[in-house]
Amino acid sequence: MEWVQTLAVILDSGVRLSIPLLCAAMAGLWSERAGVVDIGLEGKMLVAAFAAGVIAYQSGSAWAGLGAGMLAAILLSLVHGFAAITWRGNQIVSGVAINMLAAGLTVILGNAWYGQGGRTPSLEGAARFPDIALPFAAAARQSIPVIGTLYDEVVSGHAALVYLAFASVALTAFVLKRTRFGLRLRAVGENPAAVDTAGISVAGLRYAAVVICGALCGLGGTYLAVSQSAGFLPHMTAGKGFIALAAVIFANWRPVPALWACLLFGMLDAVAIRLQGVSLPGIGLVPVQAIQALPYLMTIILLAGFIGRSTPPKASGLPYVKER
Amino acid sequence: MTAAPITLPRWADAGLVPLVSVAAALVVAGLVVIGIGESPLEATALLLRGSLGSAEGLAFTLYYTTNFIFTGLAVAVAFHAGLFNIGGEGQATIAGIFAALACLWLAPLPGILLVPLAILAAAAGGALYGFIPGWLQATRGSHVVITTIMLNFIAATLLVYLLVEKIGKPGSMQPETPDFAKHAILTPMHQLLAPLGVTLPATPLNSAFLLALACLVAVWALIFRSRLGYAIRTTGANPRAAAYAGISPARITMVAMAISGALAGGLAVNEAMGVQHRLVLDFTGGYGFVGIAVALMGRGHPVGVALAAFLFGILYQGGAELSFDKPTITRDMVVVIGGVIILFAGALDGLFRRVVASGLRLGRVL
Repeated sequence: MEWVQTLAVILDSGVRLSIPLLCAAMAGLWSERAGVVDIGLEGKMLVAAFAAGVIAYQSGSAWAGLGAGMLAAILLSLVHGFAAITWRGNQIVSGVAINMLAAGLTVILGNAWYGQGGRTPSLEGAARFPDIALPFAAAARQSIPVIGTLYDEVVSGHAALVYLAFASVALTAFVLKRTRFGLRLRAVGENPAAVDTAGISVAGLRYAAVVICGALCGLGGTYLAVSQSAGFLPHMTAGKGFIALAAVIFANWRPVPALWACLLFGMLDAVAIRLQGVSLPGIGLVPVQAIQALPYLMTIILLAGFIGRSTPPKASGLPYVKER
Repeated sequence: MTAAPITLPRWADAGLVPLVSVAAALVVAGLVVIGIGESPLEATALLLRGSLGSAEGLAFTLYYTTNFIFTGLAVAVAFHAGLFNIGGEGQATIAGIFAALACLWLAPLPGILLVPLAILAAAAGGALYGFIPGWLQATRGSHVVITTIMLNFIAATLLVYLLVEKIGKPGSMQPETPDFAKHAILTPMHQLLAPLGVTLPATPLNSAFLLALACLVAVWALIFRSRLGYAIRTTGANPRAAAYAGISPARITMVAMAISGALAGGLAVNEAMGVQHRLVLDFTGGYGFVGIAVALMGRGHPVGVALAAFLFGILYQGGAELSFDKPTITRDMVVVIGGVIILFAGALDGLFRRVVASGLRLGRVL
């Protein structure tokens, strides 16, 4: 039964690696469905990771860290909203600015405050999220052969944020698809003039979307600094915000397919780590970099329309100008 | 707020608005400096002394300026065609790989052939990697912004793979190529100027700086004085009108992206052939992204790009000196300033135009 254990370990690490992607992808989805293109997911997650690392260390509470992380990312989101919605600036330019701002500011402040080259001090005990064992996990492992092991390793035993991240997918899908707010929000991304004609504030809806986007980025960033690692490391997002963006495009701007895309990209990452230096029969040494580049490559191929067709929200990236 | 665009006199549009937004960005940076408990005035004095106060400092400043001219011009050319090329990092990476392969494989050639060939190889590599997203946008409709982001990561992983597995120095733990042959490198400026009686201390400044100046002139001639430049600007202003005028926007998209990529390749020429004399990991060092700030600040005009590149050169060199004296103010400060400039001069352009317009109106009343 050794293969079951190996499989379970890979799946487990894949789930963990996909969590930041998942949060950022949901964040991007909210923003983009409302017509605000966001390539600043990376920067917002980074700032959230930093704020969470600092506050979790200072307060000794992981939950306070989560609050700080979400707040920091929401603030940065509002900067993006101010530029993109209120001043109708170029959304791509604003996103690039936010990424640079985050990359520089986190290192400067971290270095000035703690003098460890931008790192925040290691978190211990209550400053990190403990793993939660789901009911019957140990018992299932004993009594049910394959499924029990998978349940114990893959489904059970994650930190609270992991389950929160999965819940955010369900919530996103439900709110966008089944509520009035969600319908209006999607309409604002497709045809803002129509929403305006109906007497609903375009700017208000877009700001709401941008704030939700910030909160979700905060969740992802906090997970990186407080759950996955024990503290903030400079540039720790390492392109995850962009892979999340790729996942959103891959999923055609829909929540549940985005979940699968994130899990797929997370699993690829886990496999890449596992295959480091391993020689497979018939293939030889697998270049790990090829697997790491796969999400980006797949997105380009998809965008080029060689597989399927990508249809972004119609008004995405366009500032709304009210008719006079 | 009104929907009507704010009209400003040309001098205010080209000069005052960027100046005001840069000044505001520097104020934000000053606030950060205060926030970490240092004096912004003292920091500014150290920064200026370190970057302009000595021949050595100035030479370092011009070496950084070289990088920013290349990446700023790359972004600017794409801007004129209405394209946003944020793939400068990736294009420079591929250019570096091409240049390194040329330097290593063609080493038996004499320097007079090898150096131009290696520079051409860099330009070709950058052009190819810029052409791909241009081609994808022109023929398949995928947006250059997203594809260039993805291509940046692909280029970075390719560089790691090649340096670790294929062209790395045998027996070295560092991911880097063997040193290039002595005749494959660009002449350092202090050697270049020595026969003229000018003595400079040894710095990384090399003949790539002259290449950058030539590129400034060439881009000016291309954009404002050539038929192709006219087609590029027309496409950028209004692709539909361009199509009516017999210009193919698809072709211009591909050509402009290729030129943009080739210019970004200059970064690899300066870093790999001029300074490091080998290809190292992450040699692009974020210059590609700061190039966006340079192009926005310079309003896409070569003169503006040159001035903005020099400003960032001062910030980079001065920032390095500053971090010696004040370890809390690291080089990352420049990244912050770059980000704020992109935000102010790019995304919040409307706000700053409004501010300048009100300022002018107030000036007229007084």
